[in-house]
Amino acid sequence: MAESINYSIISSEIFLLVALCVIMIVDLFQRDKERKLTFMLTQGSLLTLFVIGAQQLGISSQVGFSQHWVIDQFSVVLKLAIYLTAFLSLLYARPFIRERNLMRGEYYLLTLFSVLGMMVMVSAGSLLIIYLGLELLSLSLYALVALQRDSNDASEAAVKYFVMGGLASGFLLYGISLIYGMTGTIIISDIANYLTANEANLMIQFGLVFIVVGIAFKFGAAPFHMWLPDIYHGSPSSITAYISSVPKIAAFGMAFRVLDSSFAAAAEHWTPMIMIIAMLSVILGNIVALIQTNLKRMLSYSAIAHIGYFLLGISIGTDEAYSAAMFYIIVYAIMTLAGFGIIIFMSSDKKDYQNISDLKGMGRYHPWYALMFTIVMISMAGIPPLIGFWPKLEIFRLLVINDHVIAAVVAIAFSVVGLVYYLKVVKEMFFVDATVSPNVSKSRALKIALSVNCMLLIIFGLMPDQIYQYCISAFASLN
Amino acid sequence: MLENLPILSLLIWVPIAGAGLIIFATGQKNPQATQWLALLTAAATFALSLVALNGFDYSRFYIQLIEDKAWIETLDIRYSLGVDGISLPLIVLTSLMTLVVIISSWNNIKLRASHYLAAFLIMCGLMNGVFAATDAILFYVMWEAMLVPMFLIIGIWGGPNRIYATLKFFIYTFFGSVFLLIALIYLGNKTDSFNIFKMHQLIIDADTQLLIFFAFLIAFAIKVPMWPVHTWLPDAHVQAPTGGSVILAAIMLKMGTYGFIRFMLPIVPDASIEMANVMIVLSLIAVAYIGFVALAQSDMKKLIAYSSIAHMGFVTLGLFISFSLLANQHVDAAIMGIQGALIQMISHGFISGALFLCIGVLYDRMHSREIQDYGGVVNRMPKFAMFFMIFAMANAGLPGTSGFVGEFMVILASFQVSFWIAAVGGLTLILAAAYTLWMYKRVMFGDVANDKVAALEDINSRETIVLVILALLVLVFGFWPAYLLEVMAPSVQHLIDCNLVSKLSPEGMCS
Repeated sequence: MAESINYSIISSEIFLLVALCVIMIVDLFQRDKERKLTFMLTQGSLLTLFVIGAQQLGISSQVGFSQHWVIDQFSVVLKLAIYLTAFLSLLYARPFIRERNLMRGEYYLLTLFSVLGMMVMVSAGSLLIIYLGLELLSLSLYALVALQRDSNDASEAAVKYFVMGGLASGFLLYGISLIYGMTGTIIISDIANYLTANEANLMIQFGLVFIVVGIAFKFGAAPFHMWLPDIYHGSPSSITAYISSVPKIAAFGMAFRVLDSSFAAAAEHWTPMIMIIAMLSVILGNIVALIQTNLKRMLSYSAIAHIGYFLLGISIGTDEAYSAAMFYIIVYAIMTLAGFGIIIFMSSDKKDYQNISDLKGMGRYHPWYALMFTIVMISMAGIPPLIGFWPKLEIFRLLVINDHVIAAVVAIAFSVVGLVYYLKVVKEMFFVDATVSPNVSKSRALKIALSVNCMLLIIFGLMPDQIYQYCISAFASLN
Repeated sequence: MLENLPILSLLIWVPIAGAGLIIFATGQKNPQATQWLALLTAAATFALSLVALNGFDYSRFYIQLIEDKAWIETLDIRYSLGVDGISLPLIVLTSLMTLVVIISSWNNIKLRASHYLAAFLIMCGLMNGVFAATDAILFYVMWEAMLVPMFLIIGIWGGPNRIYATLKFFIYTFFGSVFLLIALIYLGNKTDSFNIFKMHQLIIDADTQLLIFFAFLIAFAIKVPMWPVHTWLPDAHVQAPTGGSVILAAIMLKMGTYGFIRFMLPIVPDASIEMANVMIVLSLIAVAYIGFVALAQSDMKKLIAYSSIAHMGFVTLGLFISFSLLANQHVDAAIMGIQGALIQMISHGFISGALFLCIGVLYDRMHSREIQDYGGVVNRMPKFAMFFMIFAMANAGLPGTSGFVGEFMVILASFQVSFWIAAVGGLTLILAAAYTLWMYKRVMFGDVANDKVAALEDINSRETIVLVILALLVLVFGFWPAYLLEVMAPSVQHLIDCNLVSKLSPEGMCS
């Protein structure tokens, strides 16, 4: 099918691949310890991608490469969010990796490779392409985590991540193979057609279980969450910031393509599973986060809780709910970047300060940043008028509308539990007396990036529509 | 020209903008400029609230000074503001009390004064927003956002046990309000709009009404606070700095009862009728039991905090007694009950605020709130003793002070229902007199207790200004409550006529 080869729909991916090769070669010939040129080129290509993506907004759905590739508003919006958060995370990373001998070209290249993997994931039209994208993303991330070779924690985290990620991929692939065995196709739209015509028999349900487990593993949702705190904790903070935010957006794309685009007709089989996983995550994440003293671990359990709220949106299974879930995940990515940005900000002079008690005295000696971090924490807790409130509101609203009032009440009650540990951070910064100034970074770029990121939480909190409209448009165009 | 101003928006955003200026422009380096800027902002806000009062036509019941703009179109959440005769006095009270707090902390805050003043200004704007919002989500946003500055005020500038107190305060109230959010989402979905007044028109079946009733009850009862969810209040009050206590007692508690009036009574009247007796009993427990608890306190601030709970019990009593009265066709008495409750809200704002300021005056000098550390203060501070006396008498409900009017009206209304309700309610007049005056006696009278008391100096001009303002208000509304009644009357009449009729069927609904 020669006519289905349409290079225009993968123009962004081609651009990134070419850019990657160029940057790789340029980096080889660099003597600069600071890797300034590599950094500029990387950020430049992300910005260019953003501009290309922004041109494609409002695009109508196009399929190509024998239906293996899809480009639609949904993928465009997700990709824009990916570029933006990746750009921000690299800004945060620069001062951090400079002090830790991580300032190597690989850091930027691997990040770009993972971005490419994520782009493939959200634009995939078949299960196999999704898997390809996922592996490209995962392998780059394993390598990123392992980049700090002299650190025991990081090496341990990398091995754990690799084994667990491999296991998850195995589950996913096994599920896909079962589905392929029954339906005879891996094209998403063909599977959907098959399921509208035929009942989802036991074999398909069986395959679905594996796919759901694989996806839950990738998100780190309870009860498949055990790896997540260890890896968030062990990885260098700038990489934690990256893996906790950007890939989540792509994973949402994958979850939607697999679960809804393929299995919408069998929704009664997978929505209860997702609902249970979501509720478990909300409960477990919020409770375990209460007793953490390490800020990174606290944020990783809070990540589990947030994933729970987000999965609640997916479990409802209407277009409205998907847009709410998308809204949630994008907002979460922005918030969590700021959250780990705090840790990067504290970890200067080659030392890592990760405990909540290390924030002591922040309010006294650095009131502006203490205020910024308070905004992050309160936004994560879901207090209006910060941005974190609105996606939560939407999820709760849709739960109530779709007659899941009990789930809404439980989820909302646990957001009160969540408030406790977020406030603990605020308490440490403002209320505990301290005589010495906490350790903070002196990098001006980092300070500006953090302040901008935190101000975004307020600005979008007052105008959440600016993001939410795009999320809704992503799903409006699908039908 | 004044008619065209978006006056309610200004009431919200002027103080917040002033706070932003204080943080960014003057800051820590220039404390004098900071204070003047804060004073100017607060005075401007108060002036604006008077302009609003002037532009308000209080012969009509409906919402006035309306502003309505699209805010979040995808969710149909609107930035809509408006006031009626019930919310406008509360806005004026908020602006006034903020001004009072700013004056009272003049040159008085040693630690990061600019942040302290900015927090109060932000809170003032948000509280005005709570009273002015006519969109349920906007209301909720303001309602929650307001917790953050208060959390910081207690946590940073509070007493030794401030961390425990402020966390308890925040988590307690947040816990309550999440149920409010669920109820608002449900109602918003039913009406296809978050407009509060459209929610008033909704027909809801009895079981659902009961669920919504409980959701509202948890949220608002914690805020009032009603017995048995009052335990955060004494902690928060004792640990809060003086200004924090004043705002907490004078304004924040009123939000709970305002929520009852704005949401619970009109939206779920049938469930309210069903539960009216329970609410009356809870209110009476607050009045009587908490009154006895107050009697046993040795800490002045705690005593006033408990007395606040008891007085707020009167407000809830007045609100829910009206259902029993309407059931027996005592419409006039029902109106009197609600009006009594509203007057009690305003008057308690003055009196409790003033009492906390008085304790603040003593605490600034002696650094103790224990009653036993004092004695014979009148010998050293005669002017202060006079003001303190006025407020103590008002707290005890002496005729001629504003404290008397509301309580008297509520007791009068409850007589129509049952002698016993009135009798228990009347107990407060005795109890309040007992604990307030006994405290007054131990602190002020007698011989000079110790050297520290002997070294006390009488109030300075800053303190005098604040206390004179509040004393005048207490006396003016004590002798001439008619003005307040006049402002509120049409709205209360409307509340009774339309909003309290059954919502089970479309009959009897009015536009």
